[in-house]
Amino acid sequence: MSTAAVAFKKDAVRLSADLRHRALIQGALSKYELKRDEKQALFQDWQGARQLAAETKWEAVNHLDTYLDQFVRGLEARGTKVHWASTAQQARDIMVGICREKSARSIVKSKAMTAEEIHLNEALEHAGFDVVESDLGEFIVQLREEAPYHIVFPAMHLTRGEIKDVFERKLHDAPSDSPEELTMVARRVLRQKYVQADVGITGANFAVAETGMVSVTENEGNARLTAALPKTMITLLGIEKIVPRLEDLALFLPMLATVGAGQLISGYNTMYGGPRQPGEADGPEEFHVVLLDNNRTAILADAEQRDSLHCIRCGACLNVCPIYRNVGGHTYGTTYPGPIGSVITPNLRGLQEWKHLSYSSSLCGACTEACPVKIDLAHHLLQNRRNASRQKPSFLQRMAFKLFAPLATKPWLWSLLVTKGGRFGQIFHGLVKGTRLDPAYVWTKTRDLPPIARQSFKEWWKERK
Amino acid sequence: MTVTLFIPCFVDLLYPQVGIAMVKILEKLGHKVECPDSPACCGQPAFNTGYWDESRDVAVKLLEQLKDAEVVVIASGSCGAMMKVFYPDLFAGTPHHALARQVSGRCFEFSQFLVDQLGVTDLGAQFPHRVTFHDGCHSLREMRIHAAPRRLMQRVQGLELIEMKQTVCCGFGGTFSAKFPMISTAMGEVKCGLALDTSAEYVVSCDSSCLMHIQGLIDRQKKPLKTIHLAEILAQS
Amino acid sequence: MSERENILARVKEALTVAAPLPGSHHGAHAEPASLPTQEDHRRVLPLVGESFEERVALFAKNSDELRSDFKLLIDQSELVAALNKLRAAEGWTRVASHKGSLTDAACQALGLPVLLTDAGFDKTELEKCPVGISECDALVAQTGSVLVTSRSAGGRALSVLPPHHVVLARRGQLVPGLPEAFALVKQKYGADYPSMISFITGPSRTGDIERILVLGAHGPKKLTILCF
Ligand code: SF4
Repeated sequence: MSTAAVAFKKDAVRLSADLRHRALIQGALSKYELKRDEKQALFQDWQGARQLAAETKWEAVNHLDTYLDQFVRGLEARGTKVHWASTAQQARDIMVGICREKSARSIVKSKAMTAEEIHLNEALEHAGFDVVESDLGEFIVQLREEAPYHIVFPAMHLTRGEIKDVFERKLHDAPSDSPEELTMVARRVLRQKYVQADVGITGANFAVAETGMVSVTENEGNARLTAALPKTMITLLGIEKIVPRLEDLALFLPMLATVGAGQLISGYNTMYGGPRQPGEADGPEEFHVVLLDNNRTAILADAEQRDSLHCIRCGACLNVCPIYRNVGGHTYGTTYPGPIGSVITPNLRGLQEWKHLSYSSSLCGACTEACPVKIDLAHHLLQNRRNASRQKPSFLQRMAFKLFAPLATKPWLWSLLVTKGGRFGQIFHGLVKGTRLDPAYVWTKTRDLPPIARQSFKEWWKERK
Repeated sequence: MTVTLFIPCFVDLLYPQVGIAMVKILEKLGHKVECPDSPACCGQPAFNTGYWDESRDVAVKLLEQLKDAEVVVIASGSCGAMMKVFYPDLFAGTPHHALARQVSGRCFEFSQFLVDQLGVTDLGAQFPHRVTFHDGCHSLREMRIHAAPRRLMQRVQGLELIEMKQTVCCGFGGTFSAKFPMISTAMGEVKCGLALDTSAEYVVSCDSSCLMHIQGLIDRQKKPLKTIHLAEILAQS
Repeated sequence: MSERENILARVKEALTVAAPLPGSHHGAHAEPASLPTQEDHRRVLPLVGESFEERVALFAKNSDELRSDFKLLIDQSELVAALNKLRAAEGWTRVASHKGSLTDAACQALGLPVLLTDAGFDKTELEKCPVGISECDALVAQTGSVLVTSRSAGGRALSVLPPHHVVLARRGQLVPGLPEAFALVKQKYGADYPSMISFITGPSRTGDIERILVLGAHGPKKLTILCF
């Protein structure tokens, strides 16, 4: 097993038995579920909307070269500087370089999973910059020095008490544990940061090819402020974020909000097409857009799983995933947890190292059903398993299946070894059942096994004939 | 009509009564039932683990056996999904692809077959109990079976159906339950919790494998709940 | 080769193999002939009534749920009265705003010192203003959103930095849904887009602590929409 797999198993064992964690997550998500269902029901045709969204993303991703070109030309026409990064390292270097050139002291950042993906904060801090996360949830996990637990709700795993504790420790300011007061503490602290910051960094949810704009979705107004006050603005996004036309957002914005957070539409949806233009009151003097590949083109090259680039990072698949809900976001050890993470991480970061994520699924398909852009998530897990064992088969497993084939296809062997042999084995099973000597221990540790029937169906059928 | 019944391994060994109930119901409806002697497996375990070549070794035998079947009724939604939905994927690019597509078009899960193919909903069964229904994930999301079992239950005298608040996986997932037993168990506990919340006496399903998982937890944790396959209920009169 | 060329070359190479069409696993779908039209979008999105009254009612209902303060007023004199009431209630001593026919009239009626953002401003001063008063491009019934741009609403900061954002709108600015709002943006600015286009939907909000709604996370704690 890879080191990542060992860590995953260890944390999964601990958290799936942690009833407090289970109750916390189920509780947090049950509020979301009510709102999501209510908003989804307002759509005249939700399934139709999914199909349109999937077709739109399909068009964008399958003509990515054309649309990227159009997107970039639009941005450049209005004075935006566009950078291309093949790797995470290149993206970090570009962004550190911009901050150096601007002699920035402080940087304010709004939530961006892509920045998590390239470990941007570490790089900026290492280069001597002061970086503060402005999204409340991100701000909280940054104070706790941990990764976001969820791609939409970063601090979902924390209670107000835990948040009060970290505010006390790090900000020396936590009047009470009321969410209202804690939020106001963060507001006070961060307001100063916006006004002082030299550089503002955002992510993007969509890149509009037609008009050369990035679209940023948020609820708090922190990205709006990040894009309004600092003199330099940088937006980092993956090349797959493209939608062809501005009006495509009329479909995507409400869908994202509906399944992402149970809202009709998020608090702020903002399209940025350039730095401050002549005649405008404010806005950054410079606008940089960094386009990141970081193995996205490798996924693009896999036609079977190309649709995983349709992802709009709404988090819906995480929310419905029984694995995610039981092991929690940190257990994955990846930037993108949950079903989408289990699909793309092995393809972004190494199949053998990360294939355990594709195996840790009952293939229930709740993710596929939830995905607003119809990514075939559950089937991609199967394909990852196939690719992994094709590339590097496990000798034991293959032998087991090889031996199973004649057993399953030869009735007399089946009857002798499985039916009769099973009954024989069962006589002794009682002696070791549920103990470590039990060959079925992985099952019987927590569950009972039914007995083999005194007369199997096949025996009954034969007798009857 | 001649119905070829496919009895998967766990029904054969652990729940023969489910298969027997299906035979009786189909015969009562006037159909001839055939039950090929082999294979005992559809090849799903190897398929789900990623060993598609080994899966085909098993599946190809089954395909050949079912080549001339008029219709194939499968005593499990999960094996049904394997044969109906995944065989065409499994055999894509092999000489058996056309046959796989042909056979998969004639495959039906038991309740689906009764309602959608035969148009039967009332079997004159009686089952005076409060029940809740577990949708096996493969039945629900691969086979798209939702209404059929419910319509059948509606016509069972005395049966009261109370739906669970959420539609979630029972945590079985085949080899998943052995590879990640703790996650699987946690999922099963959530499922049992939802079922217990309905105050039903029985969890009913079209998937014996899910019921095996649920029953295994119930027995270990001594919960006041029983499991039963839909076919067993339908055969009661 | 530049990274731009490298990436585009990889993209082109990858796309030489065709991908399965969306939704093809469960029953084949034909390749979409064209992108969805506005009609297609309207057909699937939440329903919005035909008449002005239905649309106002929907906007009001959404505002209520969002905790925006939406007032439909009869005329300019009611607008002035509503502003003066807010001023008294919140003790405004000055306001921030921008040049515009609605805002000019409003500021004049209020008679308070005004920080105008149009020609550049000191952000610390703007931060201290108790209210930002702006115009907008549209109100969206379907979502309860206010559409603003950096050109129509005094730049980027005015609508998010002060703790209270007051939006002035005319009845004719109410559009049914997002498809119409985007069409309006295209038609109005298509030749030369402002650098920022923003749909503001309710006051700033967060649910990041135990999924409990708190208003005023970073942006305005209050959003007032005065429409006449
Ligand atoms: S895979 Fe689909 S459901 Fe999951 S985050 Fe992406 S878009 Fe949302």
